Amino acid sequence: MIKGMFTKPENVKMYWKEFMHQCNDIGIGSLGIVSIISVFIGAVSAVQTAYQLVSPIIPLTTIATIVRDTVILEFAPTLVCIVLAGVIGSKIASELGNMRVSEQIDALEIMGINTKAYLILPKIAASLVTIPLLVVIAMVLGIWGGRMAGTASHILSPETFDKGLVMNFTPYNVTFALIKSYTFAFIISSIPAYYGYYVKGGALEIGKSSTKSVVVSCIMLLFADYVLSQLLLNPAT
Amino acid sequence: MIEFKNIEKAFGDNLVLKDVSHLMETGKCNLIIGTSGSGKTVLQKCLVGLFEPDKGEIIYDGISFTEMTQDNRKELRQQIGMLFQGSALFDSKTVEENVMFPLDMFTHLTHQEKLKRVNEVLNRVNLEEVNKKFPAEISGGMKKRVGIARAIVLNPKYLFCDEPNSGLDPQTSMVIDKLIYDITKEFNMTTVINTHDMNSVMEIGENILYMDQGQKEWSGNNKEIIFSKNERLNAFIFASEFLKDAKDMRMLEAKGKISNDRDMDEMMM
Repeated sequence: MIKGMFTKPENVKMYWKEFMHQCNDIGIGSLGIVSIISVFIGAVSAVQTAYQLVSPIIPLTTIATIVRDTVILEFAPTLVCIVLAGVIGSKIASELGNMRVSEQIDALEIMGINTKAYLILPKIAASLVTIPLLVVIAMVLGIWGGRMAGTASHILSPETFDKGLVMNFTPYNVTFALIKSYTFAFIISSIPAYYGYYVKGGALEIGKSSTKSVVVSCIMLLFADYVLSQLLLNPAT
Repeated sequence: MIEFKNIEKAFGDNLVLKDVSHLMETGKCNLIIGTSGSGKTVLQKCLVGLFEPDKGEIIYDGISFTEMTQDNRKELRQQIGMLFQGSALFDSKTVEENVMFPLDMFTHLTHQEKLKRVNEVLNRVNLEEVNKKFPAEISGGMKKRVGIARAIVLNPKYLFCDEPNSGLDPQTSMVIDKLIYDITKEFNMTTVINTHDMNSVMEIGENILYMDQGQKEWSGNNKEIIFSKNERLNAFIFASEFLKDAKDMRMLEAKGKISNDRDMDEMMM
């Protein structure tokens, strides 16, 4: 499927238009859910970290440091992408599945359009552009959520949180999170595209393939998360 | 003109097309008829390249389609229009955007020029004031007409229609048939229609290929079909008592035994 996507476009302008349309659908369309999830993830991680740090010798700034690192390393890229696998993945699979079943893909083929290139490539490219951006937004909002929850529940002051936030900051963590988000973006878009594009049957099969694509994407995403962590974070490797 | 020779196509062990050969003529409505599962849709999909035949050759105006490279096929496909059974309109686009899509993709016309062409073809299929509507907001007959408009917007040389009357009432079916017939004559296209609608066969069947169990069983035109002696074809055509009576009348009429309306009424009793 991937190989078939790379041919000379019939009309670059139309491909660009489709790419922008997908960026809007995937990026702007998911911004709301990503924002809500990120703020709450950050808030919950601040409260739970404070709950677990019972020793008085551990400074309160540690809470901010832990919130920052967990949000950047895991919550923002992985959790947000699992949610996006459901939101975007099911949308891509059902959209392509419906186009296949209602012969819209055949209609494009008859016109002489490379349907893999026109329908799948813009979706994958748009995911690769917008999902890392969404992850960066999730990082910022997650940390802000943690700060808000920490100060609102009088666990620590905003100044203490800000102090902990910049303490021992490793920029590589952000690089790692971005590498993960690019990998996840590819998984989230290509697997549902495959299941949707090759669906056979009717409405029932579209639903089944959509569900299957989300399940497979989530498993692949977690597997990739583990592999990338082993490769890029394990000090022994 | 589209000629196909010795076409064979199997799905696994199931041989769907068995050595089918025929000539589809330019400027005529060429019909592929047969019962459900007789292989007519598979044959049409082989002709347009959606399926690759296992054996045989397809020739478009002297050029072998089966031996063409993908790039050459792409070029040829811009001369092919197709109306699908379910119309296959793009759900997320309006009627205007649907019809404009091939122009957007394959021409360098300005937006105004494209709009003019879209309105021309929509008027040609007798559709007005639906430009901004989505496919979900128009009737089945209108969808078919939009499908025809999209198929002819690039002035194709070949028009394929897969069961254009399915799901339509008899009156709308006749309108669609007449539209396809008129367009075929007007643009001198090679039109290939898959159908099992007997009204269409009798109205516009200028060159008919009857398929049975994946094989060519009979070919002729709408004047010859009624007098055919082929048992399988007769079983297909005269499945209804009404058509059997109609055939008897035509036979008697041909022999001169029915001379006036009174005799016809007596026959119907």
